[in-house]
Amino acid sequence: MSNVPADLKYTKSHEWVRTLADGTVEIGITDHAQHALGDLVFVEVPEPGRSVKQDEPCAVVESVKAASDVYAPLAGEIAAGNPALADAPETVNSDPYGAGWLMRVRPAAGAVAAAELLSAADYQKVVAAEGG
Amino acid sequence: MGRKTPLFALHQELGARIVDFGGWDMPVQYSSQIGEHHAVRRSAGVFDVSHMCVVDLKGPRVRALLAQLLANDIAKLKTAGKALYSCMLNERGGVIDDLIVYFLTESWFRAVVNAGTRDKDLAWIRRHAAAFGVEVIERTDLAMLAIQGPEGRAKAAELLAPAEREAALALGVFVGRELGRWFVARTGYTGEDGFEIMMPGADAAPAWRRLNSLGVASCGLGARDTLRLEAGMNLYGNDMDESTDPFESGLAWTVALEPQGRAFVGREALEAIRARGPGPKLVGLLLEDRGVLRSHQKVLVPGVGEGEITSGTFSPTLERSIAFARVPAATPARVQVDIRGKLLNARVVKPPFVRFGKSLVT
Repeated sequence: MSNVPADLKYTKSHEWVRTLADGTVEIGITDHAQHALGDLVFVEVPEPGRSVKQDEPCAVVESVKAASDVYAPLAGEIAAGNPALADAPETVNSDPYGAGWLMRVRPAAGAVAAAELLSAADYQKVVAAEGG
Repeated sequence: MGRKTPLFALHQELGARIVDFGGWDMPVQYSSQIGEHHAVRRSAGVFDVSHMCVVDLKGPRVRALLAQLLANDIAKLKTAGKALYSCMLNERGGVIDDLIVYFLTESWFRAVVNAGTRDKDLAWIRRHAAAFGVEVIERTDLAMLAIQGPEGRAKAAELLAPAEREAALALGVFVGRELGRWFVARTGYTGEDGFEIMMPGADAAPAWRRLNSLGVASCGLGARDTLRLEAGMNLYGNDMDESTDPFESGLAWTVALEPQGRAFVGREALEAIRARGPGPKLVGLLLEDRGVLRSHQKVLVPGVGEGEITSGTFSPTLERSIAFARVPAATPARVQVDIRGKLLNARVVKPPFVRFGKSLVT
């Protein structure tokens, strides 16, 4: 059974969202997602300053087998990409909710609020429906 | 749901992730694909390759049939047990399949063909076999285990009775023989030493468990793919198919145009292709920038033209990305690859990338 922390918000496409004290949101992929992908060998994160729309592909995680897009859970401007992943993409496997974060986004005015995304309980149902 | 090998229940019990491969439900990985890859390079791993199709060809004129069907020359097989790797071509010189054929007796050869091409291969072989009076027997009763890695042969030999053990360990490279109820061959698809063992389906699960208890890692098709790519071995459907010929697929070494009198299917087409001069070629690529090469990415050859990656992956041994690409004949040592709109630098190298656990590229 995969780990789904109760204090985070989620998307159907397996991203998690954490609201930080400065109002930006930190985004990564869930434990279920990293497990399904397998050993990650390359991660491409967006450049700071880039504007992203909700559901726009903005990062790529690559396992030995395949490349998968990561989608922006909400609209905004990229505040940071995790620079540590270039040398250690496997951090996403070992610590998906911590050191394995992918990017931080400053939400756009009028963007879907993080609070409106899936709760941990709702995301558990998404995972269960996929047989995970 | 796809077809299942006799080991399917065991794969599930071992927690394998199952995927469809050529119509078969096969294990792609058990725990970590990279871990399974390293197990084979450093000690030993076992793969279920029972989805591959074993075909016995029997009859006094079987050698004549194979001389016509195969682009490689069956006359190279002079001693019983010896195997030959060959393409089977259509009249246009396109590759119907690549296969291994073992010479067992003058009236019995055994071919092993790919799972995904099984039905068309059998139809093609049967169509030609009729004129030679050769019987084509699909051995669906057999399972096949590949035990690969520097410790693979020694571990696998422990499954055999003492007298057979000695005979198995004495097998030369690319040679197989029947030992009791099993057919043991010193072949593989990983760039390491090892055996491929064909056995009655009911023997497969106990053999697998025994290998696990001896420290041989269960390995899935994911690791099989990274191992074969590092080893410079083609995958049918990726690196060649009916629309490509052996010359543009890195397989010229398997085509025997000598002796000139041997009329094999596809010969005329290959001679015409050769007369036209150098065509596209299959090369190895080593990515110098960060990223992962994947099949169908575009290769840019400045001043020459374009090519395409046919197989690409992250190489666990080299810890960088490697690929095969079909590129123009005049391609120089450096090219660029278009990965999601970014042009990354790659170096052209001659496969294999890795053999017997060691990197062959610098």
